[in-house]
This record gives sequence, C-alpha cells and structure tokens, in this order.
Amino acid sequence: MSDRVTVAKTYKLYLGGSFPRSESGRTYAVTDAQDRFLANAAQASRKDVRDAVSAARKAFPGWSGVTAYNRGQVLYRVAEMLEGRREQFVSAVRDSEGASNAASIVDTAIDRWVWYAGWTDKIATVLGAANPVAGPYFSFTVPEPTGVVGVFAPQHSALLGLVSVLAPVLAAGNTAVVLTSSARPLPAITLSEVLATSDVPGGVVNVLTGDTGELAGHLAAHADVNALDLCGAPADQAGELERAAAETVKRVLPAPASEPDWTRRPDIKRLRALTEAKTVWHPTGM
Amino acid sequence: MTALEDITRDEASLTRFLHGLPGVDAVGLEQRAAGLATRSIKKASKRTAIDLAISMVDLTTLEGADTAGKVRTLCAKARRPDPDYPEVPSVGAVCVYPDLAGLAVGELEGTGVGVASVATAFPAGRAARAVKLADVATAVEAGASEVDMVIDRGAFLSGNYGLVFEEIREVKRACGTAHLKVILETGELATYDNARRASWLALLAGADFVKTSTGKVSPAATLPVTHVLLQAVADWHALTGQLRGVKPAGGIRDTKTAIRYLVAVREVAGEQWLDPALFRFGASSLLNDLLMQRRTQFDGHYSGPDYVTVD
Amino acid sequence: MSMEWEYAPAPENRDIARLKSEYRMFLDGEFVEGAGPGLKSINPATEEVLADVSTAAPSDVDTAVAAARRAQDKVWGPMPGAERAKYIFRIARMIAERSRELAVLETLDNGKPIKESRDSDIPTAAAHFFYHAGWADKLDYAGFGPDPRPLGVAAQVIPWNFPLLMAAWKIAPALACGNTVVLKPAETTPLTALVFAEICAEAGLPPGVVNILPGAGDIGAELVGHAGVDKVAFTGSTEVGKQIQRTLAGTGRKLTLELGGKAANIVFEDAPIDQAVEGIVNGIFFNQGHVCCAGSRLLVQESVADEVLGKLRTRIGRLRIGDPLDKNTDVGAINSAEQLARIRELTSSGEVEGADRWTSPCPLPDKGFFFAPTVFSQVSQSMRIAREEIFGPVLSVLSFRTPDEAVAKANNTPYGLSAGIWTEKGSRILWAAQRMRAGVVWANTFNRFDPAAPFGGYQESGFGREGGRTGLEAYLDV
Repeated sequence: MSDRVTVAKTYKLYLGGSFPRSESGRTYAVTDAQDRFLANAAQASRKDVRDAVSAARKAFPGWSGVTAYNRGQVLYRVAEMLEGRREQFVSAVRDSEGASNAASIVDTAIDRWVWYAGWTDKIATVLGAANPVAGPYFSFTVPEPTGVVGVFAPQHSALLGLVSVLAPVLAAGNTAVVLTSSARPLPAITLSEVLATSDVPGGVVNVLTGDTGELAGHLAAHADVNALDLCGAPADQAGELERAAAETVKRVLPAPASEPDWTRRPDIKRLRALTEAKTVWHPTGM
Repeated sequence: MTALEDITRDEASLTRFLHGLPGVDAVGLEQRAAGLATRSIKKASKRTAIDLAISMVDLTTLEGADTAGKVRTLCAKARRPDPDYPEVPSVGAVCVYPDLAGLAVGELEGTGVGVASVATAFPAGRAARAVKLADVATAVEAGASEVDMVIDRGAFLSGNYGLVFEEIREVKRACGTAHLKVILETGELATYDNARRASWLALLAGADFVKTSTGKVSPAATLPVTHVLLQAVADWHALTGQLRGVKPAGGIRDTKTAIRYLVAVREVAGEQWLDPALFRFGASSLLNDLLMQRRTQFDGHYSGPDYVTVD
Repeated sequence: MSMEWEYAPAPENRDIARLKSEYRMFLDGEFVEGAGPGLKSINPATEEVLADVSTAAPSDVDTAVAAARRAQDKVWGPMPGAERAKYIFRIARMIAERSRELAVLETLDNGKPIKESRDSDIPTAAAHFFYHAGWADKLDYAGFGPDPRPLGVAAQVIPWNFPLLMAAWKIAPALACGNTVVLKPAETTPLTALVFAEICAEAGLPPGVVNILPGAGDIGAELVGHAGVDKVAFTGSTEVGKQIQRTLAGTGRKLTLELGGKAANIVFEDAPIDQAVEGIVNGIFFNQGHVCCAGSRLLVQESVADEVLGKLRTRIGRLRIGDPLDKNTDVGAINSAEQLARIRELTSSGEVEGADRWTSPCPLPDKGFFFAPTVFSQVSQSMRIAREEIFGPVLSVLSFRTPDEAVAKANNTPYGLSAGIWTEKGSRILWAAQRMRAGVVWANTFNRFDPAAPFGGYQESGFGREGGRTGLEAYLDV
C-alpha cells in the first residue's frame, strides 16, 4: 500500500440539526491518548451556547409532544444506526480513549441506548400515579420532561459516558445541549452524525465541542435552560456552576466526586431527576 | 344574549338555548353549598331568621286522607302559628289540593295568608292537558291565590322542551291573577344541569316561582339544587330586571336547615330575595320546629313539642 | 318587603387556644430558653401581642442539629419502620384531638379565618401525618428499590401562610422515611409549631427526632447552611429559595424548594360559569391570597369576560372581611404590616400602569392589617401585577381569544407552580392540562390539597414534590 495522504478532518458543531462552524471561527486540535493528531474540532463559543439553547428550546415542544411510543422508536432507530456503524465507533473510542476494550465499550453503549429507548413509554407508568385523594376528585400524577437540559458530558468516557447521560435526557422527552469531553470529542461528533441522519428532529440534541471550562458558566447561567447534568463539569467549577444554576432555580445533577463506572447497570435516577411530576385534579360528579 | 322571544320562537331555538346554558359542576356546587352551610347564625340574627322563615312557610297538607277538618286546623295554625306569642308572623300560604282550596280560601279570608293549590295532576302530572287545565281552573275558581303546577318530567327528559314550555304557558294563562309556581321535581330530573335548564324553561314560560319538588319524590329539596334555582332567578333578574321567586319543598324539617336555606338565599340570589314574595318553604313539620326554636330564643331555655300545637 | 337580615357576630372563643404568655423552643425533647433575642408574636387582626417566644441563636442551631444527629443515628434511623409508623399515627391522632385548640391558635397567630384553620389547615395537617405514617414500614414498595435509606438530618424552614400545615408537610414525610428534623417556623407564626412540639413530647417521640427552633431569617439561613445537616427543605419566596440553592451549591446536600407562583386560572367560554366564579374566588381569596399556588392571574375568554367579571364582582362583594375568629368571616387579616405594605405597593403599581381597579365595598375593621379584595381588569402581561407574586387578595384579570393564546399567556412566567382550567369539554381539559408548565393543575376546581397528591413546582417555583409516593424521594437517599 502506498503512503496515501489522508484527508484531515475538521469537524463542526452539531446545532439545530445542521453542522455549522463555531461562530467564533475557532478550532482546536484533537489528539489521541498518545498525543497524535486525530482531527480538528470546532471550539464553540459563548454565542454557540446561546444558539444551541435556542435550538433546543425550539425543538422542545415537538420532541416532548410526540407519543412516548414514537420517541421510543426514534431512539431505538438510533441504536440500530449505532450498531450499523459499530466499527467506526470502536475506532473512535480506541482513538479517543486509547481503550483496549473499545469494542466492548461500544457494545455497552449501544445496549444502553436500547435500554433507554425502551423506557420512554414506561416512565409514566413507573413514576406516575393515580392519587387516592380524600374527596370526589380524580387526581393523577404524570412525569413530564423538565425542558432544556444542559449536559456536561463525562470527560473520560467519551462514548459510553456520553450515551449514559444523554439517552435519559432524550428518553424523558427533554432536549439537550451537550458540552462534549474537551479532550475527547470525536465519539460525540460521530454520534452527532448518526443523530443527524436519524429520525431525532434537529435541535433535540445539540453538540458543542470545545473547552468545557470556557463554556460551562454560560450554559449554567443561561435562563432558558431548565436543568443541568454536571457530570463532566470541571471539578473546580462545580460549586460555581451550581450557584449559577440557582439564579433560575435549575434542577441540578451534581458532579460526582469521580467519574462513575459507566459499565455498571444503570438505574432510573436520571429519568426521575429530569422529569417534573405534574398532578392534575378533576371533580367526579354527575 | 338573544332576545327572549327569539329563544322561545320554536322548539329548536329553545333547545339550543337550554343546551347552551353553562354547565353546572356538581362537585363545585355541592362544595359551595356545604361551605355556606357552615355559616353560624346566632342570637338576634337567629331570631330574625326564624320569624322570616315562618313568614315564608307554605304550610302544606297534600295527603289522600286530607279532610275539611284537617284543612281548617291548618288554616288556624297558618293565621296564628303560636297562640302564646301573637307577634309571631303568619305563614306565607296554606298549600292544599284543588278540591280543598275553596275551604281554605274561606278560612283565610282577610288574613293576608295566601292559598296555594297544587294542580296539573299533582304529583305525577301524568294526565291529558285538558285534565290538567281543568285542575288549574278548579283551583283558580275556588279563589286560590297561588297555583303550584308540576312540569311534565317525561317530556322534559325526552327533550320535548317545547311541550313543557307550552304547557306552562297555558297553565299560566289559566291562572289569571294567581301566582304560578312551577314544580320542576328536580329529584326526577337527576342532574343539576337539568335543574338549571328546567328553571330557565319555566322562567321563560312565565313562572312566578320555580319550585324544587312535590315532596313525593326523593330526593326532594336539597341545598345544592336550591342554589341552582336561586342562581337562575338571580341570572333572570340580571337579564330582564324581573324578580322571580324560589320555593324549595320537601325534607326541610328543622330550623337549622331552614336557616341554611336563608343563608343561601342571601348569598346566592341576594338580600332582595329575603322576602316571602320571593322565597317560600314548602313544608309541614318545619313550622313547629321554628316555633319551638323561637320559644327557646325568647324564653332563654329549650322548649318541647308539647308547647307548640300539633295540627 | 324584603327583610333586613344581618349575621350577628359569631366569634369562636379565643380561650380555646389555651394561649400562654410565653413559648419556648423545643430542642432534644425539652422546652428550653433559646439564646436568641426573643420575639413577640402578634395577632395581625388586632395588632396585640399574643406571646413572647424565645428564639434560637446559632449556638442553639448547633445543639439542635447535634441532637437530631444523635437521635437519627441511635434511635430513629435504626428503629423498625413499623415502630416509627406508630409514633406518627399517634401524632396524627393527637393533632385531631387538639384540633379546635390548634385552629383557634392558628387563627390568632396568623389572621386566617377560623373556618379555614378549622376546616382546612388543621384537618389536612393531621391527614398528612396519618398518610405518611403508613409509609414508614412500606418504603420497600415506594419504587426506589429495596430498603431505601433516609438522608439523615433534615433542616426545614417554613412560611407563615399555613404554619401548622406546612410543618406537617415537611415533618411527616421526613419522619416516615427515618430522618430527624430541625424545623424553623416563620418568625410571625411560631405558635402552633410549638404546640405541635408539645404533641411530639406527649406522643413520646424520642428526644431529638423533632426540634422546633423559632427565629428570624438569619436563623433560617444558619440552619440551612449548617454543615451538619444532610437535607434542606424550604417553602417560601423564590428570592430566598435562590439564596438557599446558592448556599448549598457544591455541598452535595439534598435540597427541595417550594417557592412562589403566579398561577393562571383559565376560564374558557364553555366553563361551568358559576362554579368557575367560585373557583376564582377560592383561588385568590382563600387565606387572603397568601397562597403560593393562588390563582392570581385570571385568564378569561373574551366572549364570556363581561359575564364572568360581572358575576365575580357580585360574588366578591358578598365576601365577609373581618375578625378572623368570627365563624362567618371569609377573608381575614393580612399576616403582617410588611406584607400589607407590599400588597399596597404592588396594587398602586397596577393603578399607575393603567389597569382598572375594582375594590370590594366591604367594610374593613379599624385596626389590624386588612386589605379589601381587589380585582384589576384590563391587565396586560407586561404589568407588574401580572408578573410578580402579590401574595394577597388581589386578582389580575387578562383576557384571551383562543386556547393557544390562553396556554401561551398562562405559561409566560418564570414560575410554574399551579394552574386552573375551567371548561366542560373533556378533551380541552386534557389538552390544556398537558400544556401547562405547572406542577399542579386543577381542572374545574382549585386549591385542592391532599397528602396523597404530589405538590410542587416547575421552573422558578422550585423543585421536589411534597405528598404522594413522589414526595418520599425528597427524604430518601435514592
């Protein structure tokens, strides 16, 4: 095989269903675990955060309004596509994380996506209730999506970790603005490419690559964001971000002391945290 | 709102109007009625209420076993409810069957106590129109000042509002100067929506009073359904400027209950309706309880049934 | 010849409250003198001093948190759920037994009408304990996995609008889940919480499980910021809620907030109008409008706006304002001079901004803090009276033309606690209920509360729920 010159990639952001450059025009070099150049990625700016939030807000009524069954199918279709591009993800994970078990990580990520896809039409059954109130009323409680969620993707586990925090946001009917792992954005970018050709409507997931530390404060303080998953937030900023979140009483999933073991069986904590219980009352009379 | 004559132009317009009335939420209505029923009426306020209630009683006997003797004693009681307390007001009216109306008219002449006669094949109302009108004529010719008719509930429930409307109109014509109370028999109409529609139907047809019940069907008067009737006459007044009355009948046996009705009158329809010309109780045993409670209030100790007359 | 018939005064006997001249804080099972400056609780209806109440100092907060920790570690945490349940059931029963006393005391201290404290606050408080008692030994079935653990020590700060009821909302689930509590009642309404403390003591509740520390906002801040607590629950203003969320940022301590609201009460043209009018009145005048979920924005469809407003004014004109102890009083006293000033300030802003003001012609008492029921019509979304929580008997009326417009206007607020929908059309109810960004939606009713029904807000109305299975989450480590 001759030494062919490879086509070096400069990736873009995924925002409102399309792939724009950062409005700042900035890019940064992404390297692998051995510090070898992999690609250029867009370095998102404050204004990109703004645009991503507005895209997510715009997509929210539609995504939260489709039937849970439909949402499940759309998400399951994403899993099918992940499976179809399994090799590409394995190589993205191997490059990004230097993981020797990249294949198994990708398998787990796909399975995780399937797990959450199956949750869409069960959340209300499990978290909702018919409330036996003491009066002539029918009262029921249903979980509803919280809204626009700012997702700080885990810094280390660039695919499985990302899927583990993003899929529950979507399964619950929220829309997302994702700040990817700063150093390992490629699996997220590859996932964006999958999402862009999937049935997930544009704007439901918005993916911003760049310096998490630089963008974090803007996302956390944005008044039109309803919740934050601070999983991958810089440790030294976690408190500050929570304080910023308090300005508009955002729901916050705090940053863990250290990145969780994503291969562990998930639970529904995130689905609970990213839904709002709505209680409805109506009289029962003749 | 459409002009009244447009509403009653034909059956279709009437139906549209009645079905277009705002619905009544049963739970909300009952909750409001229960809430108002917690009003605490004490001391002078209670004494006033008792006298007011007495003056609003349509002292009633509507039994197959009614006799001239029974009606005479009832009229005596109506004139002077408590012989020991001559200042006790007389009741609003005596209410009897048409064949006894003449007798009552004679007994009550010059007392200011009205004579109400049920008519239109009371209580079922299941008779030919001519029979019903003859029944009314009997009462009116006997001198009854008030006629309590029953509506054709069968027709109402099957949606023949025009028929019910026409019948009320004809009875109203037959009444001449006598006041017409239209008994809706809300216990058979079953829903509050129907009670509201029937109230409007009766008011549109010329009823002077809307009345809940014959007393022969359970449930008879209840607080919530009386709220519906009171609201209807208040709304009618707002629309037309005319004052129409309400008469709950059946099951109102004690002072406490009667006062709850007066509270409803005051707070649902308005103070203007605290008037025997606009509110009556169709009752028989209520009067004695009012009298006993009155004695308790004035004597400062509880009274007993042997101190009021059994008639 | 209609007859003049007025209701005679029907005051509840204030002796029933068994008012004491002094109340002390409840700490580690004892009634003790707090090291704080002390406060005088006044009757807002008469401005008379009801009692001297000792308050906590920061050192007392330390002691209370330590006592709660001991009780949680040694007694309450390890105690089998079935045993905890019996204590909580006992409390429920004792509240019911002393309900008249508590109702009269609540009315004296808070200014709310006796019919509300008697028929709503106190029975619902007892119901909350009764309901949650049953959960104590059934937490395995609550859907959080097997054997969910309590969080530990809960710091709870409650407002003055439903003093005992809010204490019950906070304490009952905390205890059922195995937590111990340090609760700070509101500065202006500490009395029923301290009688509740007597009930805890008489119920034999182990020392330290419940601690009641009266005090002002500084003690609340001290308590919620205390490093020794595991969980903070706050009901109150959005402003203070945000401060607390900031305080707890980065600490990992659990927080639930039940904050302000600016609820829309939407009346469609096919509503059951008379019940809607009742619901509007209940929605804004219940508890003098001192209700976070009050229906303070009436959104009425233009085609029925005149009819609804006309009926509403007639109805409001019949509300009886005055002595809260009178059994026939519908609207009692504003809880404090500060609150009255705030209501006045906001209502005058409504006039300045051009809304039409209508005030009930009802007579007001000469002394005490009273405010006549007020309705602003011709209100637009941009006015302060349409955006800010007034927390008083003041209704802002806006109109709409289409269902979409109603929903858009209803949701056009950073708050999201409650909403009302009035229409006889079933599909529209469910359509609108689905679209309300609010934690509680009342359709063809308003202001219904039940321990079995979760309550809490979206957005800046807070997070976490109180009541139902959902409400347990706030007190479990899950």
